[in-house]
Amino acid sequence: MNPDQIEYNIGYLDEQTKRMIRRVLLKAVAIPGFQVPFASREVPLPRGWGTGGVQLTAAVIGADDTLKVIDQGADDTTNAVSIRAFFHKVAGAATTTRTEDATIIQTRHRIPEASLTYGQIMVYQVPIPEPLRFLEPRETETRRMHALNEYGLMYVKLYEDIARYGHIAKTYDYPVLVNHRYLMAPSPTPSFDNPKLHQSQALHIYGAGREKRIYAIPPYTDVESLGFDDFPFEPQHFDQPCAICGSTGVYLDEIITDDAGGVMYACSDTYHCERTAARLNEEIPA
Amino acid sequence: MSDERPLLQVRNVGHRYGDWLGCRDVSFDLWPGEVLAIVGESGSGKSTLLNTLSQRLDTSEGSIRYRLDGGDVVDLADLSESAVRRLWRSEWGFVHQNAADGLRMHVSAGGNVGEPLMANGWRHYGRIRAAATDWLERVEIPRDRVDDTPAAFSGGMRQRLQIARNLVVSPRLVFMDEPTSGLDVSVQARLLDLIRSLVSDLGLAMIIVTHDLAVARLISHRTLVMKDGHVIESGLTDRVLDDPQAPYTQLLVSSILQG
Ligand SMILES: Nc1ncnc2c1ncn2[C@@H]1O[C@H](COP(=O)(O)OP(=O)(O)OP(=O)(O)O)[C@@H](O)[C@H]1O
Ligand SMILES: [Mg+2]
Repeated sequence: MNPDQIEYNIGYLDEQTKRMIRRVLLKAVAIPGFQVPFASREVPLPRGWGTGGVQLTAAVIGADDTLKVIDQGADDTTNAVSIRAFFHKVAGAATTTRTEDATIIQTRHRIPEASLTYGQIMVYQVPIPEPLRFLEPRETETRRMHALNEYGLMYVKLYEDIARYGHIAKTYDYPVLVNHRYLMAPSPTPSFDNPKLHQSQALHIYGAGREKRIYAIPPYTDVESLGFDDFPFEPQHFDQPCAICGSTGVYLDEIITDDAGGVMYACSDTYHCERTAARLNEEIPA
Repeated sequence: MSDERPLLQVRNVGHRYGDWLGCRDVSFDLWPGEVLAIVGESGSGKSTLLNTLSQRLDTSEGSIRYRLDGGDVVDLADLSESAVRRLWRSEWGFVHQNAADGLRMHVSAGGNVGEPLMANGWRHYGRIRAAATDWLERVEIPRDRVDDTPAAFSGGMRQRLQIARNLVVSPRLVFMDEPTSGLDVSVQARLLDLIRSLVSDLGLAMIIVTHDLAVARLISHRTLVMKDGHVIESGLTDRVLDDPQAPYTQLLVSSILQG
């Protein structure tokens, strides 16, 4: 059959599936940080993007939305470009790379540097939604721990890090306590981005396709990154400024510049970098 | 004993596996600081009884009343799951025969001993580590093994680590299921000495399952003898072992003496 003749439902998923996912999302928003099971569907995707994030985007997107997609912090990778094109085609949504213009931002790792605002939705693709799995593989047991608010085990993981490395070595998927109640994996973001979740104006929704779980952080929710009194949470920090735009206090990627081991550090958030570099150029007198 | 009321009041207790009764009609009182041995041959229902008393198995019949740290007496069957788990975390210990069942084999010794403290809300790394290290020393594990995992420990060390993990929260009652079997005879003797001195130093109440009458003799004040799921004889340990009344106990004692 000629592909042009295939008619997709708006947002690709059928209406019944979208309704099911929205119901699950409502529950997830009502119980911040709690993993709600859902009936994950097949979606056409490049590997590694999984299916959870795309299903969430498909369930919330409409023709009046503006979608931004980032891979790490970049808008211009093949995956990010294809997913934007996909939703433009199947949902008629506008697309953008400008963080402040987006109503939905789907991400694989990063949270953008620009502050998010009320009304924006961050959509995350999650590989492993259960933060306790590393130490307790039995799901019956981890569910019971969530139900009874028994999170001592998570601290065992942090204890082991300090005993072994002298500090908490976890630099991504760093565990958080949401709304003072549920332990949550902010998978797959770097710990650098954890502070952005606390009292964020945006709605953050997380989809784990293979594991069939959805969870959420509603706007203005307390999100605490775990730590000990004497070893509190320390987000990653970068000493040097971005080599391209000069920004400080942003997440930097290491870029290999030659075969002789030369490296430079530049913004992972490409939109932030371009915008800052452009401003810099304007300020330089002709 | 300072407190004049029993810690546990066990009345006509039984546990059923389907239609099969693993143990039945067991009654006794356990007093604070008292060590009770449960002895009997393989399959006589010792572990079933211990697991029922500690609420790892449900109480199919009878009742178990427990006096909480605060003084209130509760029927264990009335407690919610979270209340039972709170008892496990803070008032009771359970030492398994196989150390791997009671330890996290891929977590360091310090993490294993520190976990119950963290479960009880400790959030100061330095203090957790100090308490864990002190407990390693009390169970004769060198301080410098604190960051090693039990996977690298001998059988005797693993068992001592499991004991430290259970005692670090200062429980009032500890259950042990054959804690010394499976170890070398010399290691067994040393471990028993250690258990005996810890239990008496801490004033713990303990219920210990063993098929070894010598263990019961060394460690317990009172002994229950089980056969086919029933208690067939009970009393002060010295009395039961020196002057057994039931023919089965007589057989058990004489076979030990001959062996
Ligand atoms: N999970 C189970 N399901 C069914 N029957 C069981 C179960 N566990 C134990 N039993 C049976 O209950 C009886 C008592 O077993 P239990 O394990 O309590 O004995 P025990 O005295 O601890 O023996 P051992 O010294 O070998 O550990 C045995 O007949 C056993 O086969
Ligand atoms: Mg047994």
